[in-house]
Amino acid sequence: MSTLLEVSGVSVTFDGFRAINNLSFRIGTAEMRAIIGPNGAGKTTFMDIVTGKTKPDEGRILWGEKSLSLRGMSEARIAREGVGRKFQKPTVFEDQTVHENLVMALRNKRGPFAVLFYKPTAKDLARVEVLAAEIGLEDALWRKSGELSHGQKQWLEIGMLLAQEPRLLLVDEPAAGMTPAEREHTTNILVEAAKTRAVVVVEHDMEFVRRLNCKVTVLHEGAVLAEGRLDHVTANQDVIDVYLGR
Amino acid sequence: MKNSFLMRNPSTLIFLTALAAFTIVVTLLSEAFGLGLISTSFVKTLGKTLCLGLVAVAMDLVWGYAGILSLGHFAFFGLGGYMIGMWLMYERTRDIVISSMADAPIPPTTDEITDAIGHQIFGVVGSSEFPLIWAFADSLTLQLVLVVVVPGALAFVFGWLAFRSRVAGVYLSILTQAMTLALSFYLFQNDSGLRGNNGLSGLQNLPGLEAVPQEVVSIWFLWASALALGLGYLLAAWIVSGKFGSVIRGIRDDEARVRFLGYSVEGYKLALFTLTACIAGIAGALYYPQAGIINPAEIAPIASIYLAVWVAIGGRGRLYGAVVGAGFVSLVSSWFTGGQAPDIPLGFYTIKWVDWWLIVLGLSFVLVTLFAPKGIAGLFDLVSDRKWPNRHGADLGPDAGALREREASE
Ligand SMILES: Nc1ncnc2c1ncn2[C@@H]1O[C@H](COP(=O)(O)OP(=O)(O)O)[C@@H](O)[C@H]1O
Ligand SMILES: [Mg+2]
Repeated sequence: MSTLLEVSGVSVTFDGFRAINNLSFRIGTAEMRAIIGPNGAGKTTFMDIVTGKTKPDEGRILWGEKSLSLRGMSEARIAREGVGRKFQKPTVFEDQTVHENLVMALRNKRGPFAVLFYKPTAKDLARVEVLAAEIGLEDALWRKSGELSHGQKQWLEIGMLLAQEPRLLLVDEPAAGMTPAEREHTTNILVEAAKTRAVVVVEHDMEFVRRLNCKVTVLHEGAVLAEGRLDHVTANQDVIDVYLGR
Repeated sequence: MKNSFLMRNPSTLIFLTALAAFTIVVTLLSEAFGLGLISTSFVKTLGKTLCLGLVAVAMDLVWGYAGILSLGHFAFFGLGGYMIGMWLMYERTRDIVISSMADAPIPPTTDEITDAIGHQIFGVVGSSEFPLIWAFADSLTLQLVLVVVVPGALAFVFGWLAFRSRVAGVYLSILTQAMTLALSFYLFQNDSGLRGNNGLSGLQNLPGLEAVPQEVVSIWFLWASALALGLGYLLAAWIVSGKFGSVIRGIRDDEARVRFLGYSVEGYKLALFTLTACIAGIAGALYYPQAGIINPAEIAPIASIYLAVWVAIGGRGRLYGAVVGAGFVSLVSSWFTGGQAPDIPLGFYTIKWVDWWLIVLGLSFVLVTLFAPKGIAGLFDLVSDRKWPNRHGADLGPDAGALREREASE
């Protein structure tokens, strides 16, 4: 399988504190990966670096078949290249309807003029319907997303992520605040998505990670501590010491 | 298609109907075309108020919808006024000069005429040379183009520098104030080429139309202002109704999130900032011929702050709120400061509204911001019973998460 994202030797320092320390990471074009690690391990910061929010001090971030460097690209440009992100805390546009949120996320031209003259095509509208059904919000399309429950907002954000049709999905703690049934549904959506694209999931909940049934990367103090199948890494003594044993 | 747009946006339809009705009523009550119940100077005040409504719409677009608190849009308004003022002043002075030279024994040469015009216009600042910026002053078409282009270009350059460096929030507001201040200082100078603190005057006289009385001209400008406001409103309503509106409201509420969706936030801000500067320029170009004079004091930083106050009091994020705020506050304001409001003798002290009005206005602003953030337009909600959720994503945490926010807080 060809490589979609290759991060190598990346470090970032906040006021002298090394949040990411010589981190290397690679993911293929259609692959699911879970990232686990204790609080403060640098999982969110890793996503910030890939999406361009945080500029790394050193290292390479190469993207796609042409090995484009993501370093130095703006957040918006990286997103247009096909990196989609779901935040730890659900961030949807509360003052706008579910429909508006999804239409904004749909993969279409992003420039001001194209957007000004944009008219939703029948295809776009159908896509919104399909997505809404997938995330269980088909009856809430015309409600303001601020009225949704926490779990529904999480899903709306997942729906927006899928609407973007990214090649790489970065998903930060998707199951937080979900009921067990909702978690299972989320797992299914992510597993389905990983058939055609790369998906990186940060999650604390081991049960959730187990159900993803994929390779796991353990982060600790900004570096990779272990990598492999879940059973394999949970048997690793270092991992037990820093993470599981506590 | 236009019909369906208006049907989908009833508030726009209502607004345009009300504007048309207002214009007709004023016309029917005017001295020129009707019963003569409204004085010409009041017609001009109303016409000017419509222009203020238009610049308030621009302010609402940029602040109420996109969250960019620009405290510089009155500079663009003033620049629009200067651009049209240059043509008005040049043409009128030329007419005067030509008629006064008409009975000279030798017909004057073009150069002599130009010199005489220059002398007339720039005599007050001790010069008679035409500065370069007056190069197009003899062409109405070009000056009309400049009404849009000059504010637009200034906004574009300023916005490009500011947004590119991701200046936002209060820092951007301060920067826009600095721009306004710098522009007014520049214009105050005698060698700015725009007659320093004298400004441009006599703008109420339309060249070539001296025979038309002011009561008729005032109505023409009222119509033009109403048309401009109507079209500006329609444009703004169209912009905010579609996906562009979604994106800019998204920028207002969570700029970073919009970036991660792939939209270039800076590009949108720049486009909107520039567009609204152009609208402000047009509003100014219609305002100052009705005011008759423009000088650098009009561009003072405080003017742009007033603009923000009008929009805040009227109600941000809905276009009619901006118009209502601009109209209401500016009319009340001119009533108080114009000496019409009766002083209140308290025995030991007399409240003179001319002095106290600013304090009342400032206090209303604070009170509205604190207790009625929806402004005057919030009153319309009582009628339409419009509700909007005011839950800004309070994180409920995992346990309460499966509940709706309302259920959870109960
Ligand atoms: N912008 C920042 N400024 C300073 N320190 C930060 C910043 N972002 C993250 N950190 C620090 O970097 C470390 C890693 O944080 P984070 O990536 O959020 O951890 P995780 O998501 O794995 O829990 C933490 O110690 C955090 O305090
Ligand atoms: Mg985190």
